[in-house]
Amino acid sequence: MKLVIAIIQPHRLEQVKAELYKAEVNLLTVFEVLGHGRQKGVAEVYRGMKETGNLLHKVCLEIAVNDNFVEPTIDAIVKGAQTGETGDGKIFVLPMERCIRIRTREEGTVAIG
Amino acid sequence: MMLVRLALVALVMVGALAPGLLAEQTPAPLAPAVATAAAPPVAEAAPKVDSGDTAWLLASSALVLFMTPGLAFFYGGMVRKKNILSILMQCMILCCLISVQWVLFGYSLAFSPGNWFIGSLDWAGLSGVGLEPFKDYSATVPHQAFMIFQAMFAIITPALIIGAFAERIKFSAFVAFMVLWATFVYDPVAHWVWGAGGMLRDLGSLGGALDFAGGTVVHINAGVAGFVMCLCLGKRRGFNGKTNPPHNLPFVVLGAAMLWFGWFGFNSGSALAANGLAVSAFVVTNTAAAMAGLTWAVLEWLVNGKPTIFGTVTGAVAGLVAITPASGFVSVLPAILIGIGVSVLCFLAVAYLKPKLGYDDSLDAFGVHGIGGMWGALATGLFASKLVNDAGANGLFYGNPTQLLTQAIAVGATILYSGVCTFIIYKVLDAVIGVRATEKDEVIGLDLTQHREGAYTILE
Repeated sequence: MKLVIAIIQPHRLEQVKAELYKAEVNLLTVFEVLGHGRQKGVAEVYRGMKETGNLLHKVCLEIAVNDNFVEPTIDAIVKGAQTGETGDGKIFVLPMERCIRIRTREEGTVAIG
Repeated sequence: MMLVRLALVALVMVGALAPGLLAEQTPAPLAPAVATAAAPPVAEAAPKVDSGDTAWLLASSALVLFMTPGLAFFYGGMVRKKNILSILMQCMILCCLISVQWVLFGYSLAFSPGNWFIGSLDWAGLSGVGLEPFKDYSATVPHQAFMIFQAMFAIITPALIIGAFAERIKFSAFVAFMVLWATFVYDPVAHWVWGAGGMLRDLGSLGGALDFAGGTVVHINAGVAGFVMCLCLGKRRGFNGKTNPPHNLPFVVLGAAMLWFGWFGFNSGSALAANGLAVSAFVVTNTAAAMAGLTWAVLEWLVNGKPTIFGTVTGAVAGLVAITPASGFVSVLPAILIGIGVSVLCFLAVAYLKPKLGYDDSLDAFGVHGIGGMWGALATGLFASKLVNDAGANGLFYGNPTQLLTQAIAVGATILYSGVCTFIIYKVLDAVIGVRATEKDEVIGLDLTQHREGAYTILE
């Protein structure tokens, strides 16, 4: 079992969702985050005061998958989120120790899907 | 006679943007009588200023000004959160820009007695527009009060177009577009309908087109311009054929409430006096808005299973649009019919026509203001009654079918002129500076890229 964490451009969320559904990955948690990588953020100006290096809006996805779904999930995210520009984001894959379905208290690979 | 006039309109449209046309050089062979209106008001027995009328007109002016920030929130709530400031900015900059344009030359082009097509520059810088009444327009209030009331209409009309090209226009191009549009489209059309000698104010044997508070001048004009702009600019990037969910529906409701409130100044104030007609306009305005909001909610309940707040306020605004030209000429029961009719038509336009044709009128500027305005203008030709306003005319249902024809001519002329001129302005601007925001700017959002500001923070 793995936990796939992806940070993507907010406007690519729809495409990434569409690709994930195609790969039959239907479980997904999404949240808004702020951050920046090499882009160094943007400059904003408020009443003449310039603020540089403000954080950029990004969207973070968390997807728990069984091992055979890791590659399809990564492929789907890349396909949906890639524009070729700086700032497209990152994918992290982490080992996941346990997964428990609250409704039934089932545990392990059956609890993911 | 009428055909000759229309032919002349078409002629002028072609060359409308040619410099020099603004001067009085265009002959007015068909409307010689209008020249007589040019006598300076002071020379006549000065009519008396009525304090009640003046108070109501000033209050109405403030009410109408308040509609533009209302529109800003109405539209601003509908866009994605990365673009709300661009909408608020576009509306507020129009308050600034057109206020200045209006006193410098806009009012003169629209209202000074020129020819049948446009006014002159005689009143530029408000020269000759003083504190005495100008009895052709309003016999009981200072001329400047009438001028500032009209200024508020000139501000909100271009602001309505914003809904059609939201989320994808470059700000510099927006400012240039609005100055040109206000000058070459709004000012002439306002002159046609309301200006001394304007061609739609007097169509010879057909009488005059009835437009109490701006159904053709404001709503059809802006709605059609919006339609043309959204076709020219193309769809928003990533537009999936549906509307994006509004990012802040409470703002939409707040904006709609501000519009409804301000609209009393718009319609009732157009009586230009604190009298019975103003009261009647107030009552029918409220009734039509209420009935239209109700109708939209019921339609959604029937069609989609649940009534929505977004639909209800959209219906109310559509009702206000439709009653605008009719508000000084119809009684309360026709107002209810106008309210029902507009919601049915706009609902069809927004929910069926738009997805079918696939144009991206982001916030339905055409679907609500264009369609609603056309229905209102034609409905005025159906329901107008001299019992409500002696200075008006009877409509089809009161035994005068030609009024409907007159209304249709006014609608057609406005659609044609606004459509053609908007297209020309777009093409010129696009060739010179480019109108659409770059893909990168559009993706990041217009707030950050056009104004270097963000509306919301996540942290703190």
